[in-house]
Amino acid sequence: MKFGILVNEGPYTHQAADTAYQFALAVINKGHEITRVFFYHDGVNNGTRLTTPPQDDRNIVSRWSEFANTHNIDLVICVAAAQRRGICDSGESKRNGKDTDNIAPGFRISGLGQLIEASILSDRLVVFGD
Amino acid sequence: MSDKGGTVKKLMYINRKAPYGTIYALESLEVVLIGAAFDQNISLAFIDDGVYQLAKGQNTEALGVKNFSPTYKALGDYDINKIYVEKESLQARGLNQDDLMALTYEDEDDDWAEKNSIHIVSTKEMSDILEQQDVVFSF
Repeated sequence: MKFGILVNEGPYTHQAADTAYQFALAVINKGHEITRVFFYHDGVNNGTRLTTPPQDDRNIVSRWSEFANTHNIDLVICVAAAQRRGICDSGESKRNGKDTDNIAPGFRISGLGQLIEASILSDRLVVFGD
Repeated sequence: MSDKGGTVKKLMYINRKAPYGTIYALESLEVVLIGAAFDQNISLAFIDDGVYQLAKGQNTEALGVKNFSPTYKALGDYDINKIYVEKESLQARGLNQDDLMALTYEDEDDDWAEKNSIHIVSTKEMSDILEQQDVVFSF
């Protein structure tokens, strides 16, 4: 089965970011496919490489990056939500006159159309949030 | 857009949060507007505090945030005309349909007659409508 995953909450603040990851892992481990993981609302904060959690805690951001790298998963951050919250790649950074970017490896920034498309192409869209 | 397969699914957006206080309502509406370009079968549901999103006479001046409620009136122009509001949620908040904005669309199959987009439905009816959907976005 093909799953689309929508993550609507930020890391460390809300369980949704952890549960979405555990669910995504289970999808792959059970032999299913993930069409895309889409990050929206504060969920975009799952994709900043500047996150520095305490060493005895899980690293939610690098966990996503490794997951994407290992299983070739498309992690997409909503551009409009990202701009509001200060998440940018090098292109966005230049376009908006910022001095740096902060997107984590394995993530890319794109539009909301990617969410709609994922919902159409998937057998199930699973939403993680409040 | 990027979906050229011609698939038409039933997409439902559930709105459960008050329009201000958190950004969920505004960002949900942004998804709805972008999604309209994909020519899918769209419905919107307003339940719990989400019913306040459609309240008439919203004024955000003192909040210092943008009043985005006029945007809902444009939904009809995007062919989004199935808007379900849960009766029990309205009643629990002392509201009825007269407290909501009038949302309408022009029916191309009926000589562009102006029709009401808002349907007040019971929890049971809402659950039946949800049952029929292919995709449910929950904000």
